Amino acid sequence: MKYVLPSGRKPETVSAGPIPLMKPITTRVLLLLLLAVITQPALAVLKIEITEGVEGAMPIAVVPFEWSGGPRLADADVSAIVTSDLLRSGKFAPLPEKDMLAKPRTPAEIDFTTWRIAGVDNLVIGNVSLVGADQYEVRFRLFDIYSGKQALGYSYKANSTTLRAIAHQIADHIYEHLTGIPGAFNTRIAYITSQQEQGGAPQYRLQVADTDGYNPQTLLTSPEPIMSPAWSRDGARIAYVSFEDGKPAIFLHDIHTGKRENIATFAGINGSPAWSPDGKTIAMTLSKDGNPDIYLMSLADRKLRRLTSHWAIDTEAAWMPDSRSIVFTSSRSGKPQLYQLSLDAGARPQRLTFEGNYNANASVSPDGRSIAFVHGSGNSYKIALLSIETRSMQTLTDGPLDESPAFAPNGSMILYASQDRGTAVLAAVSVDGRNRQRLALSDGEVREPSWSPKR
Amino acid sequence: MKKLLIFLLLAVLVSACESQVRPDDDTAAGGAGAGSDNAGATVGTIGGDGSLIGTALEGKTVSYEKNAINDAGNVLSIRTIYFDLDSSNISDVDTEVLKHHGKYLSLNPDASLRLEGHTDERGTREYNVALADRRAESVKRVLLFQGAASDQITIISYGEEKPAALGHDEAAWKLNRRVELVYE
Repeated sequence: MKYVLPSGRKPETVSAGPIPLMKPITTRVLLLLLLAVITQPALAVLKIEITEGVEGAMPIAVVPFEWSGGPRLADADVSAIVTSDLLRSGKFAPLPEKDMLAKPRTPAEIDFTTWRIAGVDNLVIGNVSLVGADQYEVRFRLFDIYSGKQALGYSYKANSTTLRAIAHQIADHIYEHLTGIPGAFNTRIAYITSQQEQGGAPQYRLQVADTDGYNPQTLLTSPEPIMSPAWSRDGARIAYVSFEDGKPAIFLHDIHTGKRENIATFAGINGSPAWSPDGKTIAMTLSKDGNPDIYLMSLADRKLRRLTSHWAIDTEAAWMPDSRSIVFTSSRSGKPQLYQLSLDAGARPQRLTFEGNYNANASVSPDGRSIAFVHGSGNSYKIALLSIETRSMQTLTDGPLDESPAFAPNGSMILYASQDRGTAVLAAVSVDGRNRQRLALSDGEVREPSWSPKR
Repeated sequence: MKKLLIFLLLAVLVSACESQVRPDDDTAAGGAGAGSDNAGATVGTIGGDGSLIGTALEGKTVSYEKNAINDAGNVLSIRTIYFDLDSSNISDVDTEVLKHHGKYLSLNPDASLRLEGHTDERGTREYNVALADRRAESVKRVLLFQGAASDQITIISYGEEKPAALGHDEAAWKLNRRVELVYE
């Protein structure tokens, strides 16, 4: 993957290329990548830091997998990735390796009594075997300590490039088996970074990374702001707002080919793109007819339909899962509040939020039953959750400058933008508000996360 | 006694009325000295009649010739309008400044101006783009009222994306709630 520094005002689109799922990585390419990582701060990895406790987490032991036929790959340490994913979910308390009294490699080696005494409920063992040139076989088994029985077991074929994704799939299987909820570890996030270059002008980047922060790739670099990344429901494209032409326009960017299309460059505001779950429509904010309003663009023929036409600010559209109504922010009652509007002709917006005088930036849960949003009171802006059915509201974070909530595709967590000691960072909170983790980029400011659908 | 009181009352009322009346000038109202419609003539200096003393306009010259926008002593050198939180209302002093810009545009039809709208960092990003757009539209309205043509003015809203000051307190925030006038 090439990283190209832009010259002057013109931004460069860095093509991610076809995502190299099956191509073997040669040593030379690895060295180049290493060089790129060392010399380009933009490729710094998101570091995950756990900042809140893990009350009620399930004890589990993931024994380091045995590697045979070749060395353990430090960058694709399968059992370490599984452990890290389960820990990050907030629902598991993995036993640290130094506390493991035994490290069984086969079912026959497992002494269930010892593990019961250690208070571990679930045990994962596995191995990674190099069986050919850059060809691996990965196997894992999940055991229930109390019954002494195997609960789950899978094997996979992989190469050095796909090993991390396999590890995330393993974590997803374990998570779903033990919690009943599908995992969201084999997913990616898109986000915007802003870094002050030497010379003082900030450089903006749209980046995509694995949800654990690995494999960051830059899709766009620009000396002008980039905003509002929104992942399409099929995971193939990202919509965003770019000011690269001196004014805001909405682009659709194919993440596999790097090709992109400018779909909205009307006079005034072109903002807030949102893909309908059925993939047919993009909602957007346009002010071309005199005032910021919500419009719908059909992806088949690019035709526009105006949805709101109130003199107030109407923006930040978010779709309900049936693609038949949207939630949006409107100042029509004086201050920003959330409203829901059916797409049926003649429908009127129904106000959803009544507490406080600033409620904006909705993200709808995958099951459509709750909305994460930004709730402001005084100088403090926090992420809150609204139940559609009961209309009750719960704040999930402490602020003071939390924004851009994005639901995980399994509805279990909400990614959002926060501030830590003056630096913009990403953070994640579980929907019950109990578990919170911070993800920190090593350099620069990170914001506006968007979570991909499951791969 | 009663007649004297009525007389005094009338005198007070008349003098009060007089001080409210401003000469119906075609040049910008306010403290400019002798007025003139002619873009070529220097119109005067602000503060000449006692008003606008102590504001940013005090001592600035007023003229609308083509190069006036390059003169650092001219009132047109004031290029930033500031706003209160969540508001797109323009202060009286800033309205004065904009009247001069509007006049300049109306007398120089080849001139074009970009209005760049901004907010502070509080609140959500896309809502702030809309709020900053509102601020720029407010500024544009004052300019149009003074005779500027709509196609002389373009508006870009940056919301909170391009702060002038990077702090996280009111000292920084108030410098970010602004519209910048950029002559092209």
